[in-house]
Parts: sequence; structure tokens; C-alpha cells
Amino acid sequence: MTAAGVPLSWYLILAALLFTLGAAGFLLRRNIITMFMCVELMLNAVNLTFVALAYHLRQVDGLVLAFFVMVVAAAEAAVGLAIILTVFRNRASVEIDEVQALRD
Amino acid sequence: MDGLLFLIFASIAALCGLNVVIRRQPIVSALSLIGVMGSLAMLYLLLGAQFIAAVQVIVYAGAVMVLFVMVIMLLNAGGERPGGTSLMASTLGVPLLAALFLALAYVIFAGFPDPEPVRFGEFRQGGAAETGYALFTRYLLAFELTSVLVLIAIAGAVVLAWREVKR
Repeated sequence: MTAAGVPLSWYLILAALLFTLGAAGFLLRRNIITMFMCVELMLNAVNLTFVALAYHLRQVDGLVLAFFVMVVAAAEAAVGLAIILTVFRNRASVEIDEVQALRD
Repeated sequence: MDGLLFLIFASIAALCGLNVVIRRQPIVSALSLIGVMGSLAMLYLLLGAQFIAAVQVIVYAGAVMVLFVMVIMLLNAGGERPGGTSLMASTLGVPLLAALFLALAYVIFAGFPDPEPVRFGEFRQGGAAETGYALFTRYLLAFELTSVLVLIAIAGAVVLAWREVKR
């Protein structure tokens, strides 16, 4: 097994598993920060798919796309965490159940 | 050797991913997420994407997760209160997520019925030179637009935090 290498589908299955875990956390957790981290987990799972398929197709485009996903994720993390900070200052809570209206 | 490394880091990624979801303390989730990102960086290396692996460690495991950990400590976010999950989420949630996973697995096996095995070192275009060349030639417009996006994100974060300071 070790000499022959791993099937590509194992990588894709791992990505699917991580994506499902991220979706589970996003739907079942109620802490805003944990939910946000689960979004990052889903983005990472998709990145693994991009890189695995870049290997499969022997093309560099998938890697460039993964790079763009990372940049967008970094920008999203900066804005999202600032929003979480604002929500916490206004409501003194990071539970998603407390946040039911967009206004104060 | 490939298979052994894949199994080690895939199981680390899966276990840490599970830990992100099931633990109540946000700081534990954050540290587990760093574990996921580190082992994914190793898998990228196995797939021959050295540049993406380096960026994964620097940008994700470094910058983004430092931001997360800092916010968790700043807010002094404790554990989640137990209970309060809606009836629909607790009964239908796990079966529906299992259905999602099975659907994804079906698509993977239907789309790649006979995939070639992944061998380390067969894909040599994943270095910084090749990726950078594609980034600055074919994807130049997207790259420049990304800089605008990052600028807007910085401005947005500053505006959101600024309002906090004045209150």
C-alpha cells in the first residue's frame, strides 16, 4: 500500500468529512466564535479539494484558486471578528440565540 | 511512506475537526482548528503544493488563528451553556448531516471511479515559482482585485472597531 501511494479519492473523502464536520458545527453550536471557526473549517475542506484536483489535473490553476480562497478567508476573518466584537460590546454575550435583531 | 504519512495526518485532521465541533470551550476549538490546519498543510505538501502549504501555515495557522485566539481572550468567552438546542436540530441534525456526507461521498466515487494513486513528487508545478507565474500572468486581474478586497476589509474592520472606541 505504501509504495503504491494513496488513491486520490481518500483525499476527497477527507475533505468531504471535514466539510460535513464544519457544517455540523455551524448548525449545532451556538457560540458565535465557534460557528465562525466552523466556517473556516469548511473553507479549509474546500481548499483541500482544490489542491487534490490540481494534482489530479496536473494544473496550477487549482492552487491559485486555493490561494484566493485563503486571501478571502483572511479578509472575512478580520471583518467577521470585528462584527463579533461589536455584538459582544452591545449585548455582552456571544450566544447566537441572543442575537435576533440587527438593531440594538 | 506516502500512505503512512497520509493516514497519520488525515486522522489528526479528522480528530481535530471533530474536536472543533464537539467541545464547548471556544479556546479548545481554536487550538484544535490549528491542528487541522497544520495537518492539512502536510497533506498539501504530499500533494506537491509547497507554496500553498507554506501559505497555509503562515496565513491560516499563523495570522487568522492568532486573530481568533486574541478575540476569544479579549471577550473572555467561556463555555457554551448546555441545552437549548431546538428539537428539530437535535433530532434531524445528525441524520441530515450524515446524508450530506453520503451525498458528497457518492459524488466523489461517481465522478472519480478509477482515480490514479497520489505519489509524492509526481506533480512538480506546485512551487512558488510556478504558482507565482500563474498568479501574475493569467490571474493578474483577480490578484489586483483581491488587493482592493483586502483594503476594504481593513477599512471595514477599522470602522467597526472605531465605533466601539467612541462609545
